[in-house]
Amino acid sequence: MSLAELETASPTSALAEPAIIEMDNVDKEFVLGGAFLNQTFLKALSGVSLRLTRGRALALVGESGSGKSTCARMLARVYEPTNGSIRFHGEDITSFHGDRMQQYRSQVQMVFQDPFGSLNPTQSIGYHLERPLRLHRPDLRGKAAIKAEMLHLLEGVGLRPAADYLTRRPHELSGGQRQRVAIARALSVRPQVLLADEPTSMLDVSVRLGILNLLEDLKRERNLAALYITHDIATARYFAEDAAVMYAGHVVEQGPSTSITDNPSHPYTQLLIESVPNPMRKVTTGNKRRAADIPLWTRDSRGCPFVSRCPRATAICKENMPAPVAVGPGHIARCHHL
Amino acid sequence: MADITQTASSSLLDRLDDAALASAAPSQIELIRELRIKQKPGWTSRLSPSVAAFVTNKKGMIGVIILLAMILFSILAPMFSEYNPHRRAGKPHVAPGYEHVLGTTRMGKDVYTQVAYGGRISLAVGFGAGIAAAVIGLAIGISAGYFGGRVDDILTFFVNVVLVLPGLPLIIVIASLVDSAGPLVIGIVLALTGWGWPARTIRTQTLSLRTREFVLSAELMGEKKWRIIFKEIFPNMLSFFMGGLVLGTISAILAEAALSFIGLGDPNAVTWGTMLYWAQNNMALQTGAWWEIWPPAVAIMLTGAALVMINFAVDEITNPQLKASRGIGGIKRFLRSRGRSADVF
Repeated sequence: MSLAELETASPTSALAEPAIIEMDNVDKEFVLGGAFLNQTFLKALSGVSLRLTRGRALALVGESGSGKSTCARMLARVYEPTNGSIRFHGEDITSFHGDRMQQYRSQVQMVFQDPFGSLNPTQSIGYHLERPLRLHRPDLRGKAAIKAEMLHLLEGVGLRPAADYLTRRPHELSGGQRQRVAIARALSVRPQVLLADEPTSMLDVSVRLGILNLLEDLKRERNLAALYITHDIATARYFAEDAAVMYAGHVVEQGPSTSITDNPSHPYTQLLIESVPNPMRKVTTGNKRRAADIPLWTRDSRGCPFVSRCPRATAICKENMPAPVAVGPGHIARCHHL
Repeated sequence: MADITQTASSSLLDRLDDAALASAAPSQIELIRELRIKQKPGWTSRLSPSVAAFVTNKKGMIGVIILLAMILFSILAPMFSEYNPHRRAGKPHVAPGYEHVLGTTRMGKDVYTQVAYGGRISLAVGFGAGIAAAVIGLAIGISAGYFGGRVDDILTFFVNVVLVLPGLPLIIVIASLVDSAGPLVIGIVLALTGWGWPARTIRTQTLSLRTREFVLSAELMGEKKWRIIFKEIFPNMLSFFMGGLVLGTISAILAEAALSFIGLGDPNAVTWGTMLYWAQNNMALQTGAWWEIWPPAVAIMLTGAALVMINFAVDEITNPQLKASRGIGGIKRFLRSRGRSADVF
């Protein structure tokens, strides 16, 4: 699915606004194994097109191994795309080097899943905030200005009194507090794009909502374009205006998150929504489940990746991947049997 | 940490007023005494946790004190003795007494003075070679682990070469190439042959640290590579570096003594090794002059033991399981005294 198809399929207001960053028909392959001439490739992403616009969040929903984190890491330029392009304000990000790359780093920031792993245990909270300020904020001259900005940032993410936190080390903080520090660090360079890779999945349920509300406020106040990666479709609806459901490296359904959760069209999306625990409905209704693992998608794989678990699967599903079909305003799905 | 738990428990007790509850449950102090938990002294709360763990470790601190005593003894040697270690100070083979605390050698030199001055060179060579080997190992191991790929292949090749080279025979060959190798030459040779193990352990540690997300997030922030190595990765393996340094120093001190003992060192230098060499040459043991051979041997043993104890302490801190396995005995006794099953371990 290319961006052009996506645009014709979903002419919404979100698409009318220029994208800050967009992935256009991106493939990503990793070498799985095998000898030099006989290598097998894992196709982590197949023809993924996404766009992030100012002040809106896009949720990437899917289970482990569906390629969500690979998307975020490609946007952060940890990996280069195998095919397709990623454009930042219309410029291909693979062409960035040197100072331009450094500038891009400050524009696109990432918050990781594990707040225990993303902060260095041997460095103080102050160090974690001071480095990005020194690297990317030449407007701040002198120690006093930097310290004032660090305190301002900590207060901005709800860590008060901020001065108490500067000299502490990560192990002295709770998971939620650490995630707030990680968010403060990401925001310290005034990014336009925030990539949040399952920012709440390692936190206690009681502090999840606090972090989500913080991200929501920051997105609105700073007009951030946010990518919110999650396996929890309920929080996706809570936080993000748009959602894309991924399965084995394919985007299978995409559109406004309210439309997707109220009116899921793809059988995988329906399965995800059924898996949300609901005290009112003890027995799962609707489609019968067929247990199977997420398939290993390689270069030679054909058809729809969901075929092994799909209740609607027929012969054609094993042959080719369907093109996106509009199922609502701005809402597309890729299934032969809609 | 200790502060938090204490305030939490005291506030809980405040809310659950009354001594009735407090008497029902064993008090925290009682539990601590019964389990023989050693509480950390309050002044360590200002230190970083790993430093606090080290200064409260009995073994490590004994090692540090012995080592400091040896170092001070040799640095301040002129304060402890008025003799010259290179000059005749009395009659040959005088037994220990008032004039000569540890007696004299066959040449009439004062043994006590020689031990004090000899420590200067022995310790300097040992620490010099140990630190140099650890630093070379650190530089090579961390570059191999962090940069990976071709760099790793080439560096690992050299590490393997150094590891399979037989250490002492090589040193003997090199030392015999130079006429009467002085302490400096021996130190350099020991440094150049001793960095294999530290390089290997540090490479392995770097490989695991570089996959941690804080390294990735520093990279995404646009940090320079050298800064990531020194500020993000290195502080996380300080203990491995210290362990390598301590072990390297021990083996360098022993190797220096061994080389001097077999006569490959400069026989005119005063080190613990050459003292042993002369004692052997002069047949000190056969003539009953035990005071010529024991003092340098004990000095080497004490230094080695002190360094080994420091290494044990570092090991215990980096691998708390070692310590925990000793603590389990206390927990079992406690469970049995309460009439509970102690078979869980």
